[in-house]
Amino acid sequence: MAQETNKNEWPLWEVFIRSKAGLDHKHAGSLHAADAQMAIENARDVYTRRMEGVSIWVVESKYIHASDPDEAASMYDPANDKIYRHPTFYNLPDEVKYM
Amino acid sequence: MTVHSFQEHFDDLIDREVTIEPKDWMPEDYRKTLIRQISQHAHSEIVGMLPEGNWITRAPSLRRKAVLLAKVQDEAGHGLYLYSAAETLGVTRDELYDQLHSGKAKYSSIFNYPTLTWADMGAIGWLVDGAAIMNQVPLCRTSYGPYARAMVRVCKEESFHQRQGFEIMLTLSKGAEVQKKLAQDAFNRWWWPSLMMFGPPDAESPHTEQSVRWRIKRMTNDELRQKFVDVTVEQAKVLGLDVPDKDLKWNEARGHYDFGAINWEEFRNVVKGNGPCNKQRLETRKKAWENGKWVRDAAMAHAEKRKARKMTDVKAA
Repeated sequence: MAQETNKNEWPLWEVFIRSKAGLDHKHAGSLHAADAQMAIENARDVYTRRMEGVSIWVVESKYIHASDPDEAASMYDPANDKIYRHPTFYNLPDEVKYM
Repeated sequence: MTVHSFQEHFDDLIDREVTIEPKDWMPEDYRKTLIRQISQHAHSEIVGMLPEGNWITRAPSLRRKAVLLAKVQDEAGHGLYLYSAAETLGVTRDELYDQLHSGKAKYSSIFNYPTLTWADMGAIGWLVDGAAIMNQVPLCRTSYGPYARAMVRVCKEESFHQRQGFEIMLTLSKGAEVQKKLAQDAFNRWWWPSLMMFGPPDAESPHTEQSVRWRIKRMTNDELRQKFVDVTVEQAKVLGLDVPDKDLKWNEARGHYDFGAINWEEFRNVVKGNGPCNKQRLETRKKAWENGKWVRDAAMAHAEKRKARKMTDVKAA
């Protein structure tokens, strides 16, 4: 895509940050860097100036594959009519206090 | 889907306050307007480091120096968040830099004014960042996802910028007579340019209506300017400084302050490139970019060499 037309530009990386131990890494944003090590160091400076993270993942943006938003309707539709997958679908007698 | 139904779907998302994401279909004008607005904002953050950078080595104490350094570093970060958001719309970083360096892209005209005294660091934080926050808070709910998310991050970090500026002004205005004079002088010079930061009056802002419709803008220039005047006048009272506007008066009926006429001639002149520092700011940016070229090239060459070495190691193993 646009990147390839621009040979001198450092590649684009997506940054994921774990905000504290036990939580998932979450997408924080993106940045340019020559390699993975520089991407991690830049991510520290750009996205964790206020202790926002304890762990950083970076991946070159060109390796991210995403679902097509135009297919969202059909893609997620089958889940729509399966309300029995939610606990609220089931009626319990009032006598059951905890479940 | 036909273009027409794509458009209908897009309008429907906008009306329902659903966020637009990079891969969603969007009208070409929406994309262009966003690239222009986001990159102008990014350029403003980057050029905005220069007037303050001027005072880092001359800050009056280590505390002030550390604070100013942190603020300027934040501005670099804000520029980067925003450039990344613009890039999701299909423009490259180099194209954006090129637009700035060639003078094709604009940045906030306020940064073309000089920072003559230490009190200017106070006035910039208090007024310029104050005005910027006023502008930016509504943009946290803007329709384009990457932009809105970048703005949430920016706004979270920006509030310390305004407070540190106000603190500088407060210290000066409670200090010796000469310090109070410095504060008042900085206030006098930065007040009007700060009001101009909200852009031309609504009547002369042809894109406002469309931008509000698209939720790229959530309040008009005049609405934001009035809001800024109302809160800042009260803050000036706490500082014991005089707002440099003889027409400023509380209007009971409107529930707002009335204020004097803004010199739009000056505004247009600075935007056109004839402000006191336009040339200097742009030259500093260009020089930084050109002088950094060998570093960028070397880093790329080093990364490629390491990658190649890794490949041979793998083959050898």
